[in-house]
Amino acid sequence: MATVAPSTITLRVLLFATYADLTGRQQVDAVLPAGSRVSDLVAWFRGTVPGGAGLPERPLVAVNQRHVRLDQPLSSGDEVALLPPMAGG
Amino acid sequence: MDHPIDPALLAKAVLTARRGGVASFTGLVRNHQDGRSVLRLEYHAYSAMAEAECGAIVAEAERRWPVSVALQHRVGALVVGDIAIAVAAAGDHRDESFDACRWVVEQVKHRVPIWKREFYADGTEAWVDPTRLNNPLVPDPLEAGQRG
Repeated sequence: MATVAPSTITLRVLLFATYADLTGRQQVDAVLPAGSRVSDLVAWFRGTVPGGAGLPERPLVAVNQRHVRLDQPLSSGDEVALLPPMAGG
Repeated sequence: MDHPIDPALLAKAVLTARRGGVASFTGLVRNHQDGRSVLRLEYHAYSAMAEAECGAIVAEAERRWPVSVALQHRVGALVVGDIAIAVAAAGDHRDESFDACRWVVEQVKHRVPIWKREFYADGTEAWVDPTRLNNPLVPDPLEAGQRG
C-alpha cells in the first residue's frame, strides 16, 4: 500500500453474506482520493477487489452504521458496510 | 440475541395497568422456502448496526403511536419451529397496538442488517435474497421509515 498522503482518505469496508462470499473476505481497507463519495467506493470495489465485480452497481450501503445514499461523502476513518439484500424477520 | 425468545415474557415487558391491549407477532423458522424443503438456517448480522436499527425502530414506533414496544430477533443457528423474531406492542386500545406491531415487523425486514442462510433437505445451502422471491416491492431502507 502506498503512503497515505493528506489528499487521500482511508476506509474500512465490511462485507457480509453474499458479498463476503464474492471476495472470500469479511473486511478490506480502501484508500481513495479525498472528496470521494460512496459511489466512488463502490466503483473502486468493483474494479479493484478480487471478486468485487460481482457487487451490484447500486448496492445498499451503510456508513458508520447508518443507511446512506450513494452520493454520501466519505471521510477518513469511516466504517463502510456493503449490505446484501436483508433477510431478517 | 443468541438465546431462545419467550414471546410471553416480551408481552409482559410492555404491559402496564393503563394498557388495554397487546398485539404480538411471532415469526418461526418454516420448513419450506420458494418450493424447497428447509432443514435449518443461520442468521448472520452486522451486529452493532442491527442493534442500533432495532432500537431506532422501537423508538420510532413509540413516537408514531401511543404504545410500548418490545422487539427481539435471533442470530445464529436455528431449526424448523424455532422462534426467529418476536414483537409485542401494547397500547390503551387495539388499533394502535395492531398497527404498531405490524409496522415494526415490516421495518425489521427492510432496515435491519440481518441475513439468512438456509440449509435444504437436498444437501445444498444458499443465502436468501428477498428481492428474488415473490416479493418484488422491497423498499429502499432509507424510504422505509420516517428517519429521525
